Amino acid sequence: MALTPPSERIWWKEPIAKVELIWILVAFVWGLIMFFMMIYWHGAGEQNLSNEAYQTTPARYSEKAQAMIDQYTVREENGFPVVKPPPGSDVYLIARLWQWWPILELEKDESYRLHLSSMDWQHGFSLQPVNINVQVHPGYDLVMTIKPDRAGEYGVVCNEFCGIGHHNMVGKLYVTE
Amino acid sequence: MSQAKEFRTCPTTGLKVHLTTEKLIKANAVVAVVFLAIGGLFGLLVALTRWPAVHFLPADWFYLALTAHGLDVLLVWIIFFEMAVLYFASSVLLGSRLAGPKWAWTGFVLMLVGAIVTNYAVLRGDSSVMFTSYVPMMAHWSFYLGIILFAVGALIGTFVFFGTLVVAKQEKTYEGSVPLVTFGAITAAIIAVFTIASGAIILIPTLLWSLGFISHIDPMIYKTIWWAMGHSSQQINVAAHVAVWYAIAAMTFGAKPLSEKVSRTAFLMYILFLQIASAHHMLVEPGFSSEWKIFNTSYAMYLAVLGSMVHGLTVPGSIEAAQRARGYTKGMFEWLRKAPWSNPAFAGMFLSLVFFGFIGGISGVVMGTEQINLIMHNTLYVPGHFHGTVVAGTTLAFMAITYYLVPLIFRRELMFRKLAQWQPYVFGIGVAGISMFMMGAGTLGVARRHWDMTFADAQLPFDFPSAAFLMMGLNGMFAVLASLGGIMFIVVVVGSVFFGRKLGEDEKPSYPEVPPQAAAVTQHGNAESVRIPGTVMLVSIFFIAFVLYYFVNWKYLSEVWPLS
Repeated sequence: MALTPPSERIWWKEPIAKVELIWILVAFVWGLIMFFMMIYWHGAGEQNLSNEAYQTTPARYSEKAQAMIDQYTVREENGFPVVKPPPGSDVYLIARLWQWWPILELEKDESYRLHLSSMDWQHGFSLQPVNINVQVHPGYDLVMTIKPDRAGEYGVVCNEFCGIGHHNMVGKLYVTE
Repeated sequence: MSQAKEFRTCPTTGLKVHLTTEKLIKANAVVAVVFLAIGGLFGLLVALTRWPAVHFLPADWFYLALTAHGLDVLLVWIIFFEMAVLYFASSVLLGSRLAGPKWAWTGFVLMLVGAIVTNYAVLRGDSSVMFTSYVPMMAHWSFYLGIILFAVGALIGTFVFFGTLVVAKQEKTYEGSVPLVTFGAITAAIIAVFTIASGAIILIPTLLWSLGFISHIDPMIYKTIWWAMGHSSQQINVAAHVAVWYAIAAMTFGAKPLSEKVSRTAFLMYILFLQIASAHHMLVEPGFSSEWKIFNTSYAMYLAVLGSMVHGLTVPGSIEAAQRARGYTKGMFEWLRKAPWSNPAFAGMFLSLVFFGFIGGISGVVMGTEQINLIMHNTLYVPGHFHGTVVAGTTLAFMAITYYLVPLIFRRELMFRKLAQWQPYVFGIGVAGISMFMMGAGTLGVARRHWDMTFADAQLPFDFPSAAFLMMGLNGMFAVLASLGGIMFIVVVVGSVFFGRKLGEDEKPSYPEVPPQAAAVTQHGNAESVRIPGTVMLVSIFFIAFVLYYFVNWKYLSEVWPLS
């Protein structure tokens, strides 16, 4: 029994049943497949989070974001600037209590270098309904290259708890044809 | 003192029980159940608030209740119960006296004081920082202090466990190697030491920071080390509840592990590889390399997952072999059909095994895949996954063994047997529903730890699809069902412990009924002749489900925006 010392004192020399060996082999090979699948996807897949990141400060980061906003704002919406930066450029999104600032307008099938950083606590960038979710830290500037492939209006929900206004932290992102 | 006064012999199992150990097991189990009740109540309040049609609590109370729910059930209930498991697996199973009972009581008091202090901090209202307390959001200093005291207490208990192993070995209270269940408990205890050390490394500076002695704590370093505690503590649970599965299989069927070597090596895999799972929480964070993520998130090529998959075969396999030896040999599944499904200890254990594997296990591996994490991180998929592991897995297994603990350690007849008989099903199905519907909502993008999925007061609007609202409604309903199962458990256990008929010194309890005990299985014949076709069928179904679900999620991932 499992509650008593092994009945065979030299239990480590007992032969293993065939059925157990087969299962161990199957599980081991499956583990290898899952392991190499992640590596394979770095080559063959189109969805890989970049590892590009920089240390920054809220002041430095918001300065860059403000420069982009000043240059490329096309209109206002609910008090938010709507910014349309050129394809291929560096695009800055500010996460702060409790806003995603500004509203971005991107073009379909164009690439952008999207920067994410927080001004205060941690936030969660959750692009809906695409369902891309990335953690946003203060002091770190995460850069990922995104290529929107469907036009439409998207929501940016905060999915890292950030205090009492957390559930009101919603941003917007447009993708135009 | 004479030995007769220090020990009693259990009339059912013949085990020699150290009376001091028995008191400690009782104390830890009682406190555990009290915190399960408190934490469970907070959980119900959370689920009722996330049920859109009910939306029960105001926002500040919701975040407070969610913080308290996580602490009281994930930390306090489970670790107190694990202390009881450790003392049982060392002192009782090895027939030894407990090493340093005074230390054990000191640990117990520290844990209790810590739990109360942290609950006090949360109920003050200024520490609604969630279980994870990510910096730079700051809780009241007593929040961190309470957790540190609790952890120190748990560490002392762990060392009492190790000390007892040494005493048992020196005083030769057993022959040969320790039993498999004790081996599993050793696994849990070793992981516990690593876990608590990680907790100390990050929480002590955080306490000093909250008191103003340290000016800055890096959020990324905090998170990495915090999860070396947070995720590893879930691996303590896995090791402990797998040990409990083996224990219940042995108590109910006299089951013998198919192979001691295989089962022990599977536990060893946990010790070697589970701790690196902190990476599961860092897959979409800035600043880590993909190499680091892939190696760590896969527990070094899924070797710890291999351990769990092995237990997934050997636990039901040992039951099947025992049942077949008893004569239930017809077809593939007579052994399972004729299992004692009205015995809540067995029913709870088997449901725990199935739900842990199918719901918690598969979803955990999928979510922990480097790229797939992008479409799940911090959505409700995450709590969906861990309610499958920690509640349907660990909590249900601990509830199940409590049905043996009450008659054998508390020496009371179980009351309300009909209630007890149905309890594992009501609770298990409730929790399985919670898990699945939260995962469903998460797949649709609904955020975890979020008070209002309608965004009624937000400056900019966003609407989730109506299916997401349906999922959250169903989640609420199944949470009510699970709560009912929780209340049934509390009523049966608390009722029996305080008001159940006391068993006489040599009296065997009449419930839970176990199948007629033919002599415990001692031989499986030679390695070629072990026949467990039913179990092979079960693990094959599991494997197919695993593979399909894994690749379905790669398909989902391939449909989102290209990013690099």
